[in-house]
Amino acid sequence: MRIRAIETGVGIFMLAGIFSLILLGFKVSNLSLTPNHQTYTLYAEFDNIGSLNDRARIAIGGVTIGRVSNIILNKKTYMAKVTLNIDNKIDNIPVDSTAAIMTAGLLGEKYIAISIGGENRYLKPGDTFSDTQSALILENLIGKFLLKSGASGAQSNTVISGNHEQF
Amino acid sequence: MTAQLFNKLAKLGSAGIEFIRSIGFSGIMLVRSICGRYKHGSMSALIVEQLYASGVLSLIIICISGIFIGMVLGLQGYTILNRYGSSNAVGQLVALSLLRELGPVVTALLFAGRAGSALAAEIALMKATEQLSSMEMIGVDPFRRIIAPRFWGGLISLPLLNCIFIIVGIWGSSVVGVDWLGIDSGSFWVNMQNAVSFESDVFGGIIKSVVFGFVVTWIAVFQGYTATPTAEGTSLSTTRTVVYSSLAVLGLDFILTAVMFGGL
Repeated sequence: MRIRAIETGVGIFMLAGIFSLILLGFKVSNLSLTPNHQTYTLYAEFDNIGSLNDRARIAIGGVTIGRVSNIILNKKTYMAKVTLNIDNKIDNIPVDSTAAIMTAGLLGEKYIAISIGGENRYLKPGDTFSDTQSALILENLIGKFLLKSGASGAQSNTVISGNHEQF
Repeated sequence: MTAQLFNKLAKLGSAGIEFIRSIGFSGIMLVRSICGRYKHGSMSALIVEQLYASGVLSLIIICISGIFIGMVLGLQGYTILNRYGSSNAVGQLVALSLLRELGPVVTALLFAGRAGSALAAEIALMKATEQLSSMEMIGVDPFRRIIAPRFWGGLISLPLLNCIFIIVGIWGSSVVGVDWLGIDSGSFWVNMQNAVSFESDVFGGIIKSVVFGFVVTWIAVFQGYTATPTAEGTSLSTTRTVVYSSLAVLGLDFILTAVMFGGL
């Protein structure tokens, strides 16, 4: 009788452990049973990808349609070559569409947003986006802003000192 | 003067040799208990018994500490992240820290305190009451009858306990974050799922806990088996088990993290 109780306890324990592992897989880490649902590959070259990384989202109108699978530096052009895996169902991206690197929220993660163009011809597997828009680098923006405000600040300084002389 | 110096030198040397010998013995013990078949009855029944002793009986402490660690992580993460307006990232923070570090390490430390010390005390007391030598007298190998099932029991139960600990911890953090503090439940889970990868994070954490289970049970059975057969020796072996295995877990954790997540 005691042995039966022990075996039942161990059975519950092991089932709980395996159930937790399954939960970790599906609920926590987004593992799906249909492994790599059919995707096709597109490429995009950016001047600067900022902090874009592998597995970043690719979205049209905010809806996720694929993920970044690889980022390398194109040695000839010195540009970042990003490999995009896009869901097979989305096979009608016009050839003049733009791939832009956006940020989700102020400090959020980077993702690639595709703005749809107007052509009737569509990108085929292996094609490259002709038009891309690099990541917004916060430091560059701040630098520009400071430069501008620095220049105007210098101007207002002279005005003030001019006034001062008048007094 | 020189004689004293030589005496000290000799003592140092013998301590060193003793240390190396004990490492060698622990290796031999491991091989002898893992390899080779147990001839007197079924091994799996013995392992089930040990799974009950070290796994099932540790469930309560694992679950309760998991809930509270998850809740504390959720609360702390929320107060800090909310200052930067990114409280949605709490799920990601909790899941990654539990999966990669806290889960395996805290489970192994609790396991060393709850099950490892019990293993060492049990074996040391068996030795003190000469159960081990009488077992040898009747032709039963104590390595296979006593050590091997305890070793396998610890090795199997620690990864399972780790998974349970992490799930309970994430549930605790979602209770605090989503239900009490009002983080949006959708973004809590989606952020977590985007950040966690099954291959590196979940699987890496499980590899860690397998390694820790191996080390903790190895240290426990070794300390129990080599204990001085007195009451004092028994207490010393349990103390040493907890101290050595905690140190080994923390040290190994750094190495494993550096290899798996650190990019060294």
